[in-house]
Order: sequence, then structure tokens, then C-alpha cells
Amino acid sequence: MRILALIRQVLDAEETVRIRAGEVDLSASKLVVDTMDEYGVEQALRIRESGVDAEVIALAIGAERNREALRTVLAMGADCAIHVTTELALDPIALSKVAAQVAQQEKIDLIFCGGQQADWDSHALGAATAERLQWPQATWVSALEIHGQTLTGRHDAEDGSEMFSVQLPAVVTTQQGLNEPRYPTVPNIMRAKKKELRVVSMESFQVEPKLKVIGAEIQVRARLHKILDGKDASAAAAELVELLRNEARVIA
Amino acid sequence: MILMVVEHANGKLSKSTYEMATCARELGREGPVTALVLGYATATVANEVALLVDQVLVADHAELAQYDPEIWSAAVAQIASEGDANAVLIGGSRSGREYSPRVAVKLDAPLLEDVVSVVSTEGVVLAERYTYLARVTEKVTADAPVVVITLKQAAFAAATSGTQAAEQFDVELTLPQRRVQITGKSLEKSSRISLAEAEIVVAGGRGVGSAEGFRTLVEGLADVLGAAVGATRAIVDTGWRPYSEQVGQTGKTVQPKIYIAIGISGAVQHLSGMGKSKCIVAINKDADAPIFKVADYGIVGDVNQIVPAMIAAVRK
Ligand SMILES: Cc1cc2nc3c(=O)[nH]c(=O)nc-3n(C[C@H](O)[C@H](O)[C@H](O)COP(=O)(O)OP(=O)(O)OC[C@H]3O[C@@H](n4cnc5c(N)ncnc54)[C@H](O)[C@@H]3O)c2cc1C
Repeated sequence: MRILALIRQVLDAEETVRIRAGEVDLSASKLVVDTMDEYGVEQALRIRESGVDAEVIALAIGAERNREALRTVLAMGADCAIHVTTELALDPIALSKVAAQVAQQEKIDLIFCGGQQADWDSHALGAATAERLQWPQATWVSALEIHGQTLTGRHDAEDGSEMFSVQLPAVVTTQQGLNEPRYPTVPNIMRAKKKELRVVSMESFQVEPKLKVIGAEIQVRARLHKILDGKDASAAAAELVELLRNEARVIA
Repeated sequence: MILMVVEHANGKLSKSTYEMATCARELGREGPVTALVLGYATATVANEVALLVDQVLVADHAELAQYDPEIWSAAVAQIASEGDANAVLIGGSRSGREYSPRVAVKLDAPLLEDVVSVVSTEGVVLAERYTYLARVTEKVTADAPVVVITLKQAAFAAATSGTQAAEQFDVELTLPQRRVQITGKSLEKSSRISLAEAEIVVAGGRGVGSAEGFRTLVEGLADVLGAAVGATRAIVDTGWRPYSEQVGQTGKTVQPKIYIAIGISGAVQHLSGMGKSKCIVAINKDADAPIFKVADYGIVGDVNQIVPAMIAAVRK
């Protein structure tokens, strides 16, 4: 079985977002593999380690810096990586065109993709890729098992969770609870340097962005910051309730 | 036409449908606002939405009783193509965000996801959406004859119903086979007010100490305020609370009038789900906890002392 893990390199959540000239500027920021995508890599590795004859291929699409993210994933244990290079900022619908073509070329049976991107706050890449391949999808998966060609698991729906079953090939989008992604160990980091990281040019995929980002700003809501000292608990509580009732007027 | 896909549950229109109607009316694209009702035994829903739009298309079939992303996207794309839709509005619910990308691919249309505002002028659609874990507001444009848009929950005002009911038409759909079998459900229905729709939310984090602490402090305060309850991932992970109560990046997004955070540190991923609340109140023993940076009001102190005193003060 061939498993493709879609990888996105995003701003580390602990970093502050910087804006320059109406655009998010990542040039001086710490970038990491999107945690949401790591769950997919981890799950793919667990499938391989469970004795299924599987190869785990990681794919990143974007600027050159993405190679670092792919090296991390190779160090986690992926077998090889593909980097489609482009400086274009592509929206998820455009990205899915590349992902689907790579999946076909690589004869992939199962694709993992993070449930939500930490940069574009988007849920679209997995579903759009599934549609282009005419595959079914299971999104927000928090438990997964594989038996032959059948995937079974649990995923989050509108109100609570559902158990599902679906045949391969399929796209699975991942989220917290699925597993605890491993950290790359030093020997594995060394080993990863020898693994194949294939660089492919974007041109062959014929992709145009569907959206244009024309501005970005950080909106900080002005907050009142009326913070009381709670040493005298009942006095502080009474004052707070009074403020919420009569100043903010948000409780009855 | 402007096509909006009706969201409904338990025989009633969801609040998001009223929000979609506002968006559709103000979008600035031509043609009748058309509601598409997908489901089974949807007569009351169709009648309700008829008071919000110009026409109603109804697909009422047993096989639509259970949502499926492939079936939903096929139905919506078919109706959008047949009706020459120039915009397709879909709710920002979990399912809406799950099937809308498939609709966009089928229609070869741009997808504007989870927008908080959107307007079309001279064919170009301009939308605002939150990005980077809701820390940034980005403006995006799409220049295309048809666009697919999902609306962030609670970002648009709810439209009021008119008195004139729009005409309803039954539609014939060619639907694909269901490939994902749902073999079980565990509904996490609580008797409380729904988080997404509540005006007051009381939320607890690890600082409440235990599942029991959550019940006495968080639920105790929520009870006297008539509030919904929320939780951080840290305590959902430990099993103190169900996932359906989680607020944040991987949980729910809420925007109540007042959000009271009890023993919550204020991690970025948590803020991403509640940072747009109108008024934020924090109770935490650590004066340097990041939650205080976004708080309008707060008390530095032990939740075990402060919260019972607040419950008493509210009761007074
Ligand atoms: C990919 C990803 C997605 C995530 N998604 C989410 C999400 O959706 N929602 C979410 O919430 N988190 C999410 N997280 C986790 C997030 O990073 C934090 O770990 C989590 O929000 C912390 O929860 P907490 O505030 O309850 O716990 P802590 O960070 O441990 O904070 C506890 C707070 O309680 C205070 N405290 C302790 N005892 C007392 C006392 N007696 N009185 C008063 N105060 C006290 C402490 O000072 C501290 O500030 C996500 C993380 C990742 C990596």
C-alpha cells in the first residue's frame, strides 16, 4: 500500500504574526510542520509498523523552505518525500490539483491531510483532493483502523461523533486525539538526510490560484484590562459582578 | 441565481440559515435568492425558509435523511449548474466546511471559506476571513462567474422572515452511491444551551482541578447565569468533559456577549475559538497568564475561593 501524507509548513503557534505591507510576513519567523498534519504522518507510520506492507510518502507544495518540513517528516520515519516548488501563494482548491496529480502518479491508496490548516484556517485541502480523485473522504478522524482494503474509525460530526467504514482508496483528514506524533530522534534525523527528497517543478501541474489575498491585518480588540486583586475573594467577586451588571451590562 | 443551501436540524431551520439569507440579500450578485432544502421529511423547514427567500427548491428523499459529503456536493453542484448560479452559499458548520470544497471543484469555482463579510462588485467578490488561528483578518478576492462561499457562524445578522411565502419547487437529483457507511453515532447532547448560540459562556480549564471542580465551579456559575459551558482541550483530553464542549482551534468557535474563563491559561489555540467574544472575563491565580492580555475584566486569585463568591454575588 502507498500512503501519501500532505504536509504544510506553518508558523509556529507560539510565534507572533508579523504583517508587512499588508501581507503576513514569515521571513523572520519560526516555521514548523502543521501539528494537524503530523497526526497524519504518525498514523501512516503506525499503519506501516503494524505489519501492513506500506510505503509512506510525504508531499509538500510551496517555497523552498518547505524542504525543512519534509526533512522533519522523513526524520519521523516517512520513506521518501516530494517537494513541488513554487513561490506562488496557492489556495487549497488550487493546491488540491497538484496533490491529486501527485497521488495518481505515485499510485497512492490512502491520503492523510490535516483537518485544519494553521495558516489559512482552512478545512478544504483534503476534501478538494478527494473530489479531484473521485475518492471518498473521512474528515476530522480521531480513531482509525485498517483491515485489508477497509478503513474503519471514528470522526467528529456536527453533534458528537460517528463511527464510519469506507473502502480504499480514500482521503482521511486528521485531528487531535488520533495519536501522539513522535519526535524525530537524533539517529533518525541523521538517517533522514540520506532518504530521497525529490524536487519537482510546479510547471507540469498547470495550476492557477483561484483567490488573491489583497490585505491582511491584525485586529486587536481594545480590551479594558480591569483586573482586580482577589486576596479578599468575596469583595473582589462582588465588585466584578457589579461591574458586569452595571458597567458592561452583560449579565442580568 | 444566488443559491443557499439550507441548514436544518430536528425539523427546524438552524440559525445559520437566517444568517445566510442576510448574506444572500446583501451580496450584490444578480438573481433570485434561492434556497435548496436537502433532507427527508422537510416540509416544515421548506415552509419556514420560504419566508426568507425568493424561491425554494426542495429535494425531500429518504436517501437524504443521512448527510454525506459526496451526496450533498453532487446535489448542490447539480442545482447550481442547472440554475446557472453565480454564488453558492453554504453554512460554516462542520458538514458545510466538509462538502463545500467538493462543490467548488465540481464547479471549477473559487472557494471562499468561513468568511465574516463578503460583497460582490462588478463581478469581483471581496471577502474577509480570519486566518493564522484567527489572529489575522485577511481580505481575499475572487474573480469568477460562480463562487462557493461558506459563512462563519454568527458573523452575519439573522434575517427576519417576511410574510409572503416564496414558491416551492421539487427538484430531481442524480445522486452518487454512498461510499462512507455510518455504523454508529454517539450524540453528545447536553441539556444545556448550545455553545454556538449562547450569549453567555462559562468555560473551565485545568485550573478547576478536577471533574468535580468543573461541576461545582463552572457549571455552578453557568447555572446561575443561564449560560452554556465550554472547556479547554487540556481537560477534554483528560476526560473531565466531552469534546463537544471544547472551545478553540480544534473545537468550537464562539462569540458570545460574555465569556468567563475559569482557570484557563489562554493558549493561542484556545484564544482562536473565543478571542472575538464581546466581553472576556478571566479568573486565574497567575497574574501573568496570557488570558489576562485579552480580558476586559478579571480577578487574580484562586478559583476555589473566587468562583463560589461570584455565584453568591450573582444570586444576591
Ligand atoms: C494542534 C493543536 C490544537 C489545539 N486546539 C485546542 C483547542 O481547540 N482548544 C484548547 O483549549 N486548546 C487547544 N490546544 C491546546 C492548547 O495549546 C493548551 O494546551 C490548552 O488550551 C491549555 O488548557 P488550560 O488552559 O486548561 O490548561 P493550562 O495551560 O495548564 O492552564 C491552567 C491555568 O489555570 C491556572 N490555575 C491553576 N490552578 C488554579 C487555581 N486554583 N485558581 C486559579 N487559577 C488556577 C494556571 O495559572 C493556568 O493559567 C491545541 C493544541 C494544539 C497543538
